Amino acid sequence: MNELVLCVALFLLLNVAAGLIRVWLGPTAPDRMLAAMLFGTTGAAILLLLAEGLSMPSLRDVAIVAALLASISTVVFVRRWPISSSQD
Amino acid sequence: MTIVDWFSCGSLLFGAFFFLAGTVGMLRFPDVFTRLHALTKADNLGLGLVVFGLALQADTWVVVARLFLVWGLIMLASTTCCHLVAQAALRAGISPWRSPK
Repeated sequence: MNELVLCVALFLLLNVAAGLIRVWLGPTAPDRMLAAMLFGTTGAAILLLLAEGLSMPSLRDVAIVAALLASISTVVFVRRWPISSSQD
Repeated sequence: MTIVDWFSCGSLLFGAFFFLAGTVGMLRFPDVFTRLHALTKADNLGLGLVVFGLALQADTWVVVARLFLVWGLIMLASTTCCHLVAQAALRAGISPWRSPK
């Protein structure tokens, strides 16, 4: 059972790595920001899976913090983005 | 393996599938609005299924409550962020994709 949990966690990590292709391709800044949002959701799922698979309950709290930080970074991006430059 | 374990396995694998769908959508869709759609909807469903699968294996009710707290928090945050990013992209003049005729 633990093996399955850890395999799913590894698979989600590969998903995040694939999401980095979108950062590379762009073409606009919000597209690149999407990868950060992906990492927020998927990262929380990875941490929850690791908390179960490695029996480290404190990782569940880390998942909450990671999810919150991802949303805060998106809000900061939205507030700053169109002002600094019009494109990209 | 008990029947609960089977349900938990199935839920985890389904969740992983929806995460894959979200990532594929983010890589393949044509503009930022459709990508937001793939990301926030498919990934939240995937997270919900993973949370459900883990909750079936949890020992205490406190753990179950905490897992669903994470899910609720992320659903709230990601819908809000999706709306904010889409609005910012519209205001910046990125026009939504239309199918080429």
